[in-house]
Amino acid sequence: MPEVLPETMRRRAEIISALKQICPGESVIDTQSEMRAYESDGLTAYKQLPLVVVLPETTAQVSAILKYCHDNEVRVVPRGGGTSLSGGALPLEDGVLLAMGKFNRILEVDYDNRCVTAQPGVTNLGITNAVEHNGFYYAPDPSSQIACTIGGNVAENSGGVHCLKYGLTTNNILGIELVLISGEVLRIGGKHLDAAGYDLLGLMTGSEGLLGVVTEVTVRILQKPESARALLVGFPSSEDAGKCVADVISAGIIPGGMEMMDKPAIHAAEEFVHAGYPLDVEALLIVELDGPEAEVDHLIERVSTIAMDNNSQSIRVSQSEEERLSFWAGRKAAFPAVGRISPDYYCMDGTIPRNQLPSVLAGMSKLSVKYGLRVANVFHAGDGNLHPLILYDANAPGELEKAEDFGSDILRLCVKAGGVLTGEHGVGVEKRDLMPEMFSETDLDQQQRVKCAFDDKGLLNPGKVFPQLHRCAELGRMHIHGGQVPFPDIPRF
Amino acid sequence: MSEAFRPENAEQLREAVAWAVGAKSPVEVRGAGTKSSIGRIMQTDKSIALSALKGVTLYEPDELVLSARAGTLLTDIEKELAEHRQQMAFEPPDLSALLGSDHAGTMGGMIAANLAGPRRIKAGASRDHFLGFSAVTGRGEIIKSGGRVMKNVTGYDLPKVFAGSWGTLGIMSDITIKVLPAAETQTSLAFLGLDPAQATSAMSRAMQSSCDVSGAAHLPPPIAALSGVAAISGAGVSVTVLRLEGIKPSVEFRAGKLKDSLQDFGQALGLDDEASRALWAEIRDVRYLSDNRERVVWRLSVPPMEGAKVLGAISELQDVRGFLDWAGGLIWVDMPASEHGNAQLVRGAFAGTTGHATLIRAPHALRAALPVFEPQTAGLATITARLKDAFDPFGILNPGRIYA
Repeated sequence: MPEVLPETMRRRAEIISALKQICPGESVIDTQSEMRAYESDGLTAYKQLPLVVVLPETTAQVSAILKYCHDNEVRVVPRGGGTSLSGGALPLEDGVLLAMGKFNRILEVDYDNRCVTAQPGVTNLGITNAVEHNGFYYAPDPSSQIACTIGGNVAENSGGVHCLKYGLTTNNILGIELVLISGEVLRIGGKHLDAAGYDLLGLMTGSEGLLGVVTEVTVRILQKPESARALLVGFPSSEDAGKCVADVISAGIIPGGMEMMDKPAIHAAEEFVHAGYPLDVEALLIVELDGPEAEVDHLIERVSTIAMDNNSQSIRVSQSEEERLSFWAGRKAAFPAVGRISPDYYCMDGTIPRNQLPSVLAGMSKLSVKYGLRVANVFHAGDGNLHPLILYDANAPGELEKAEDFGSDILRLCVKAGGVLTGEHGVGVEKRDLMPEMFSETDLDQQQRVKCAFDDKGLLNPGKVFPQLHRCAELGRMHIHGGQVPFPDIPRF
Repeated sequence: MSEAFRPENAEQLREAVAWAVGAKSPVEVRGAGTKSSIGRIMQTDKSIALSALKGVTLYEPDELVLSARAGTLLTDIEKELAEHRQQMAFEPPDLSALLGSDHAGTMGGMIAANLAGPRRIKAGASRDHFLGFSAVTGRGEIIKSGGRVMKNVTGYDLPKVFAGSWGTLGIMSDITIKVLPAAETQTSLAFLGLDPAQATSAMSRAMQSSCDVSGAAHLPPPIAALSGVAAISGAGVSVTVLRLEGIKPSVEFRAGKLKDSLQDFGQALGLDDEASRALWAEIRDVRYLSDNRERVVWRLSVPPMEGAKVLGAISELQDVRGFLDWAGGLIWVDMPASEHGNAQLVRGAFAGTTGHATLIRAPHALRAALPVFEPQTAGLATITARLKDAFDPFGILNPGRIYA
């Protein structure tokens, strides 16, 4: 993490008092014991107490806090629900932790324009809860949807199991209110579609709290599909399962959800929730079709045929809503299920071209032997997003480091296969140092120039995403070979 | 226009930009130039054309991914997709009739303009399907962002920023998009004689249903009369159309359901697959406003429920024609050219709500005099300028195309 600024540490009391001026009452937390709740996020291997925690309630307070921090060169780490799996909300010792938990109101439900405006601390599921009595829902559904907030979803561009058909956060939001580190409040978008000028909404989404703090979000809502049914298909190999997925898509079918699990994940899940998963298969596929009954029934038939053509060992089709949910119960409990068979697990998040799955899984098996650690895989098969769960014991000396190295090697494998480091969990601190695996120095410098356009002093969430921090002035410099005409060969007309 | 560079590979592209940077010579960035009449007037005496950078470099139908060089013609891409019964789900319009250009343009131009057709309301715009790119920035450096996979949050989402950037941040050389299966069949329901306010309500109700409507437009009588689809032009009144796409049993079921739930808007006329396709192509390509290119064309994006009101306010001007797409959220209008293009009235029409208006077609003089793109608040203008500066510090790429 960036070197602690001694000047900030020295001025801690002064900073706390200034924050208390802005947010009176109990909104400033500065005792060690109370700050403990904020020392970590979903990436629990990393812990750090912040300088101070502040819980603003209004946009004006957020603006005043950020302006104060900007003027006084104090670092700020924004935090939503604290469920980041990449350490995106990991505090800094010399940073103010800006916790958005009090921004927890739905501001407007507008069915006619099919959108909801919410404060960023509203949970993902809270939005659906506010509209489901009318049959509506908010489509992106990350596994942590009970706890993760819509503001955090914007910061991370969160996905879920239905993204291939319904998109990620970035495809489902219409507008935001945003506070820059200077304290300036901007409104981007609204209830209309697409941007006038540069797509700042798209840029902000997935920017991991490095560009600004979101204080309001307008999301699109959809009417729930009329019906949904799922198939549970067992295969003798991941190749067969992968081929089945490809054939489903080639047939022009985009399922609402398509999830794959490997043998260790199937066994862990089955032992935990007794979903009735077959234990004699190497790979299990859950394919969910949604829409009108006539469509779903038709597609279930087609997918069944495709599965059988791909050597399926067992096929079950849900005959009731209860059965459909039971298919999902195992998949949704896969993480905690793995948690039961190992003292600790480390969840990775690479995305690969789907047809690379067998070779990536084979590579992973080799690595598993090399590191002497087990791994279980769950896979958003439709969009190629792989979640290997590395099993380890944090109490065994050196095992956490071994798990981390194993994880890094898996992600290198993903990049090599044409994939990326992270599909939905974000770079954060976790994958920061792997960024050069995917990007050149020029690529990363250019991304940091974008950061500089929003935060010239590098005060917002520093230490996340970028492996090396450069000063903005340094990044702006350019070496020009003036006056040369070095391209006599380029055709002209 | 003067000298044009026509690089044949990414390295030549980099060299051309590096020269422009060194010489501090502003350049016009163009694909095939089919949309070069959109935007503010630029002061450039050189151009870099992407027309020689063409070809699909990767297409894996069962991975839903396609990569092409920026200068690849959209018609070529669409042809290749059609062979595998796939499509760009965001339905990029062919604005050539509207703008008087030769063809629909290039892959790079489509992304740079963030094109989207009627299916925008269901499937998103170019931005939503744009997975990754390589480009040369205004610093003369080759950068890449994004990737070829569907789900990727590694680093800032620069594809979003480049979509709709009109060539002002960098010159894309290679583009990767998500493609999707084309629907097996489609049908449309046409409701006759609704006024814009009723139409907006009907479209909203349709969009709030679970019928998965993939197009919702309202054509007032003078526009409907221009349709090449006999059932529409012959109606003699306004036509409000709703499109349903998918597999046959599903489309039939949803059409029945939608008819029932919209009964109070009258008896719906059903359009078969062929008529439906023809109609939505006209709407997508704005062909109704293509007959007289002397007229000024505005395109507005507003909250869907505001569409009727905004169209009404603009229609107070003499001799305005217009229609609603995107369930009311997209408004296309044309009007006789006037000294000020009626910008104040057009942009005033959605005051009090959110949205933006873009001058899509106008005489040279008007484009020089008017803000073609929606003027920004001071705060947004500052960030916009800084972002431009981050990619193009000397302002050599399409200078002033979007904002001064």
